[in-house]
Amino acid sequence: MLDTAITTILDVDKVSQVFSTGSGEARAPVLSDVSMRMRTGEIVALLGRSGSGKSTLLRIISGLTRPTEGTVKIEGEPVDGPAKEVAMVFQSFALFPWLDVLDNVEIGPRSNGVPLDETRKRALKAIDTIGLDGFESAYPKELSGGMRQRVGFARALVMQPKILLMDEPFSALDVLTAETLRTDLLDLWQEGRMPIKAILMVTHNIEEAVLMADRILVLSSNPGRIASEIPVTIPHPRDRLDPGFRDLVEKIYALMTQRPDPTKPATREAAAAVGLGLALPRVSTNSLAGMLEEIAAPPYDGKADLPHLADSLQLEIDELFPLGETLQLLRLAEFEEGDIKLTPLGRRFVDMDVDQRKKALGDQVLAHVPLASHIKRVLDERPTHRAPATRFREELEDYMSEDYAERTLRAIINLGRYGELFAYDENSQTFSYENPQ
Amino acid sequence: MFNSIASAGRRALPNQWDLIAFAAILAILTAIAKSYHGISAPLPAPSESPISLDYWQLPYYALRTTLRMFAALVASLIFTFTYATLAAKSRRAEMILIPVLDILQSVPILGFLSFTVTFFLNLFPGNTMGAELAAIFAIFTSQAWNMAFSFYQSLRTVPRDLDEVARGFRLSGWQKFWQLEAPFAMPGLIWNTMMSMSGGWFFVVAAEAITVGDTTIALPGVGSYIAKANDAGDWSAIGAAVLTMGIVILLYDQLLFRPIVAWAAKFRVELSVSEDVESSWVLNLIKRTHWLRLGSAPVLAALRSISLWSVRFPTILRAQKTSEQPSRLLDAIWILIVIAVAAWAAWLTISYIATELSWDEVGRVFVLTFYTLLRVIVLMLLATLVWVPISVWIGLRPRWAEAVQPIAQFLAAFPVNLLFGAAVSLVLAYNLNTNIWLSFLIVFGTQWYIVFNTIGGAAAFPNDLREAAANFRIRGWRWWTQVMIPAIAPYYLTGAITASGGSWNASIVAEYVKWKDHTVVAQGVGSYIAEATEKGDFPRIVLGVAMMSLFVTLFNRLFWRQLYAYAERRLRL
Repeated sequence: MLDTAITTILDVDKVSQVFSTGSGEARAPVLSDVSMRMRTGEIVALLGRSGSGKSTLLRIISGLTRPTEGTVKIEGEPVDGPAKEVAMVFQSFALFPWLDVLDNVEIGPRSNGVPLDETRKRALKAIDTIGLDGFESAYPKELSGGMRQRVGFARALVMQPKILLMDEPFSALDVLTAETLRTDLLDLWQEGRMPIKAILMVTHNIEEAVLMADRILVLSSNPGRIASEIPVTIPHPRDRLDPGFRDLVEKIYALMTQRPDPTKPATREAAAAVGLGLALPRVSTNSLAGMLEEIAAPPYDGKADLPHLADSLQLEIDELFPLGETLQLLRLAEFEEGDIKLTPLGRRFVDMDVDQRKKALGDQVLAHVPLASHIKRVLDERPTHRAPATRFREELEDYMSEDYAERTLRAIINLGRYGELFAYDENSQTFSYENPQ
Repeated sequence: MFNSIASAGRRALPNQWDLIAFAAILAILTAIAKSYHGISAPLPAPSESPISLDYWQLPYYALRTTLRMFAALVASLIFTFTYATLAAKSRRAEMILIPVLDILQSVPILGFLSFTVTFFLNLFPGNTMGAELAAIFAIFTSQAWNMAFSFYQSLRTVPRDLDEVARGFRLSGWQKFWQLEAPFAMPGLIWNTMMSMSGGWFFVVAAEAITVGDTTIALPGVGSYIAKANDAGDWSAIGAAVLTMGIVILLYDQLLFRPIVAWAAKFRVELSVSEDVESSWVLNLIKRTHWLRLGSAPVLAALRSISLWSVRFPTILRAQKTSEQPSRLLDAIWILIVIAVAAWAAWLTISYIATELSWDEVGRVFVLTFYTLLRVIVLMLLATLVWVPISVWIGLRPRWAEAVQPIAQFLAAFPVNLLFGAAVSLVLAYNLNTNIWLSFLIVFGTQWYIVFNTIGGAAAFPNDLREAAANFRIRGWRWWTQVMIPAIAPYYLTGAITASGGSWNASIVAEYVKWKDHTVVAQGVGSYIAEATEKGDFPRIVLGVAMMSLFVTLFNRLFWRQLYAYAERRLRL
């Protein structure tokens, strides 16, 4: 008992988050019943796609957002408001553009009443640790992305937090810069040169999670919940080409593209996900066709390994998964154990000309996306053959958050336009059958 | 029900909050007017005007006027920092403050001059202090609203990640204000301050020399000088006043605003280094001086320490908008109080007008306001037809644009009063119809807003679109309607909205023109207000201003706002 109290640095207990709309009505939850723990000396990665609530969870842990339900404790102390024990590194760097590097690093301690000379000592040490010597008087505008994020790290370290929170810290950087920063950070961590006890990072990059974390928590989407927990036991320094590393990456890809187990009893969400409540990601029809063509062509010849495909198309899982899932939904391709495989229709689609493709995709959308057939039915029933978008938006919001509803509506407009199922007028926000003749 | 009231504040159509704001403003004016009647202290009799047309007096007058303008500017900044901050931080305050500000921004402030003048004169009877304060207040009313609005909008759009950093580091309200919110709002605030300074001249001229009933004020200043020159019909004095104004504007632009703009470039939140860097020789000079920098270093360090004081704002200001559900009961009570006060205010205003004026009078003023509306619409159309093609031509030529844009901004500062001599002479010489020909005066000062905004829009037109238009040989009518007009629309509308508001204000001056002993009048609500002001006939002033405010507000909401919203949504590149 005493033992766990010492080593458990973070305890997230049954946290749920529901964002209410302007009118105070509760909507579909963003996070649902999330519990997790972190031990001292651990790097934990929260892996999930955009909209899985992973950034929200990070903000709840930092105390920036109050959860609707559940509690967060850091070293046994409940978090109530922005916590002193954590510091955050942002995806967008979030540096004050009007302050130079030194001022940006010093602003935290100075605002919290640390004496000036003590602040200066700590700031210079952090700047030195993170490799920013010589840039003290530069303004963020003058720095490259990598250097800016180093300022972001220094600014967090100078607060001497117990837990370092990182919100996709490398995703705004180019590949080379990101890799340098990752290894630098890992080196500092391994050598114990950072005054922190644990790191919690949010990412949508599977390889990044496997490279850095001791434990990976995979979040599912809509609503966000912890789907699985994967310990990473590969010793540091980890090599991306190491077979063990590859296997684990492959395994996580398979896990994240797995279809819901049909033997499990259907939950409310699962029931919704087959009707109108099916949330659609916003994908371009050009990308869908491009992906089908890529999978059909050598070396894949109709069946592609997801990590390889992600590599060769230069796509993050945030882009790859929505494409793959849309293809799967439309029965043009399907996931299989970390691979993606074309269906017979998918193979035929690749050889079609533009008009045939539009027809085929339109048919598939109508057959497999309940929202599309719903819109068409409403248009058919109405004497004017017109219907306002708000009608469908409100229906969608019964099942999902406002953002998801908007994205789904956008997606169906895009697919409907491409398949020539219906027209949509942006000015009047109405669906109709009227295309310019 | 109450939520619909609460969230309606940002929609374009007039709503209940506007009515409430409207009533509140008019009630305050009525209260002032009543207090004027109530205080029966004799006002100073109209004495010999102390203003001399001697050229050598002009530098002194210019100094007095400039000081007045800066005093008003300081007041505007204080107002901005408090009012806009309160509106941005407190949801309940926001419900009232923003509609009020919105109305204040669009009503013709010049019409209120008579009220404020009497109010301040009564505060300091028999003392020039009252007159000075009245003038400063008049200038303040022309400067403050758009500054406050800009600041409020900046506060509402502080980037989320920077806000999270500030909260994550547990900055107090005071610290966050000075470390994040004020710097972020700086570029917009500075731009609006410059525009305000320009617009202030119109009010200086109107406020320094004013007659309300038996009271005549003539404070030493450029405005009084122009008024006196108009009275005397002295052409060369008018010329001297123009020259003086030009020099003063150039001086404060070069010595104050340019350096501030160049310095404030660092507050812009953008990731890349912008191409055109503002520079200022004054700022460079200051940066190069050694002593000045040495001397100012401790001051700056002290200011920085002050900005880092960890004072917490009172809880009422820290009411969080996101996390906690607002109490509906409190909201309901608050809204009921506001409605009650507004209803009482409206009743007060109506009953005040009703004591002396009949419904016929209201009908007459309605017709007069309609004339002025017609005048504004026609003249805006004419100004658009003339200036848009010219401005586009200039804007597409970067060298020209660079030279002309500041000149147009400069011209916008010159008040219409400078043209009175020319207008009266022409009208009398050719026996012109005043209802038609005086109309041109109302866009004299305001057309420049259309010019420099349109130039800005055309200059920002992307080069690839220009090349595409040329490549596909899109010319003539089609080029205007499908390429250029959509591209400049958001910019043009920004200018046109300012110009339209300014024109309503100008009508109070421009429909009632005096030169030597001639008075030339155009039928309209502007001349109605001007005449009533001269006679000190307060019920008529209230009626005229209320009617004009109503027209302007509706015109803005139903026409300009809709157009602007459309342009922002569809045409912003």
